Amino acid sequence: MRSTILAGALLAFAAATSVHAQAIKLADVAELSGGGATVGTNWKNGIDLAIEEINAKGGVLGRKLEVSHADSQSNPGVARAQVQKALDAEPYVLLGPGYSGSVKVTAPLAAEAGIAQIMGGEAAELTQAGNKFLFRTSFGQQSSMPKVAKYIHDDMKAKTVAVVWVNNDFGRGGRDMVSKELERLGSKVVADLSTEAGQADFAADVGKIKAANPDAVFVYLNEEESARILKELKRQGVTAPLMGETTLIGQKVIELAGDAANGARGHVGLTTDAPVDLIKAFREKFAKKYNYVPDHNGLKGYLAVYMVKATTEKMGKVDPKKFADTLHGLTIKAADEPGILMDVTFSDTGDIDRQSFLVEVVEGKQVVKQVLPKVK
Amino acid sequence: MSNLFDLLVAGLATGAIYALVAVGFTLLWQTSQTINFAQGEFVMLPAFLMLAAMHAGAPFWLAIILGILLSMILLGLGFKLLLVDPMMRHGVLPLAIATMALAIGLKEAVKQFFSAEASPFPSIVPTGDVSILGHAVSLQSIGVLVVAILAVFGLTALLNRTSLGHQMQAAAQNPTVARIIGVPVERMILLTFLINAVLVALASLLITPIYLAKFSSGEVLGQAAFIAAIVGGFNQVRGAIAGGLLIGVLDNLAASYVSTQYRAAVPLIFLIVVILFRPQGLLGRAEERTV
Repeated sequence: MRSTILAGALLAFAAATSVHAQAIKLADVAELSGGGATVGTNWKNGIDLAIEEINAKGGVLGRKLEVSHADSQSNPGVARAQVQKALDAEPYVLLGPGYSGSVKVTAPLAAEAGIAQIMGGEAAELTQAGNKFLFRTSFGQQSSMPKVAKYIHDDMKAKTVAVVWVNNDFGRGGRDMVSKELERLGSKVVADLSTEAGQADFAADVGKIKAANPDAVFVYLNEEESARILKELKRQGVTAPLMGETTLIGQKVIELAGDAANGARGHVGLTTDAPVDLIKAFREKFAKKYNYVPDHNGLKGYLAVYMVKATTEKMGKVDPKKFADTLHGLTIKAADEPGILMDVTFSDTGDIDRQSFLVEVVEGKQVVKQVLPKVK
Repeated sequence: MSNLFDLLVAGLATGAIYALVAVGFTLLWQTSQTINFAQGEFVMLPAFLMLAAMHAGAPFWLAIILGILLSMILLGLGFKLLLVDPMMRHGVLPLAIATMALAIGLKEAVKQFFSAEASPFPSIVPTGDVSILGHAVSLQSIGVLVVAILAVFGLTALLNRTSLGHQMQAAAQNPTVARIIGVPVERMILLTFLINAVLVALASLLITPIYLAKFSSGEVLGQAAFIAAIVGGFNQVRGAIAGGLLIGVLDNLAASYVSTQYRAAVPLIFLIVVILFRPQGLLGRAEERTV
């Protein structure tokens, strides 16, 4: 009798472990609380939505996906501890974090473990450190700034440009990149204005822009400072066209700057307002499940999971060691994998090449004016 | 040249707001020896009171009135009764430290109950330009200057031309003698706290459309106004006004002609120079020490 019970228990244990082994385990570390809570929550919800869809259709190579979520509290130190814990459980792929600072301190851990890390950070330096396991879900500055410079030179026909940037890693990286590209194309930077993070008064900076009288102004600040400078530009009657990135024309900036945001243009890598049918469908599904419209971080989380699916199917097996090698240089077409939403190519450094959008603020709303093609 | 004109106008507009806040500093110092290190947060809070009133459905004009009234109750009456009076008997330094604690408390409370993110705030002056001496000057800058100047003139007239003002000055200059001749000194001190609350609420109304409503926006303002009050003369209302305008203009000129990174340092360097060569401030009165 005792041996029958033992055999039964062993059988149950074996069955449980085999079900467990069949699931592909992903680990997510994201900003679920603290200053980046909006970023992390969107990212997490995007991941959950993608996994639900994939599992409903039978999973990846017949195996279900499973994800564990951990909270970095928007703190690089906590992120590092959470990533270490997640890696100890030997996940197939690590997802997150979203903040560049947190990615910077966690990327060496994932690389050491030989686990691919698909993250949301956008700082240029992240993929320039020779890390063979790190992948972006959106543009880094080195991919977006050439497009921005090209638009300022070709479409705005600006021969002279004022560049206003925030004096931190993010701002300096963008300014270096865009200035180099502008000079290369033949547009002259006539005013190079560094501003401080948290700066409240932009009267003097806008005074300098007025004095330089440029054909266009490139603004690369964080959201709140962007709103303040937009108001000051309007107050001082600067009429030169304004160009920026997501941080100049985001919904929060429009809310803060009000009328002053109208006419500002920006390059956006991912937006749920994009005139792409698959993105529209994603937006609808997301809004139906979570009762709110996601920002680009929701898209990033969703794409991260579909990157896992497409790469694994390309390999034809679940092999964490070969995952990064396979994703390098891979082009995933939306026609083959609709979850990837737009055709995308990954470089050898983990950077992304994809079409993007030129958005203008019209009467307080983001309007996509142009679709900018892939660089290659 | 056109750039210099724009900088001067913008600097004067910001400086006029610093002046309002600095005048409050000097009033509190003169009547009750209170150095209020929460003065910047006192400017931040009324904007949130007005926003809360608007969220509750009040139109902007009503929100302004409610904001001013609430700041008189909280930042005038409440501040005096709950913090200054109990701490006063322990001396100037413990009181100054208590106001620092209050500053942190106010910031954290706004962050907790409102938001850590900035919020937009409507302007009482419409956007647009007028031409002055061939230069386009924004209505907003002019509006800020006009309101601030009117407030300062009103206050000066109250202090110098009315019996109430004379009583307030008497209470500030020599409370013992003032008491002997029948001036209700306690009531006069309370009045200065209420006037300070109105001044910071006005400053809040003028600066928040430009700086946005944010829990941390008082830090810069408090520091600028404190420097302005010392530079102008901590014991003179007209000194605080001059100091405010001067720091506003200096800040803008420094940002433009020196460097944005060092803009915050220039008023501080100026402050050190003033303390070294004219410790009573540019328009201040030298005070004799009794000990």
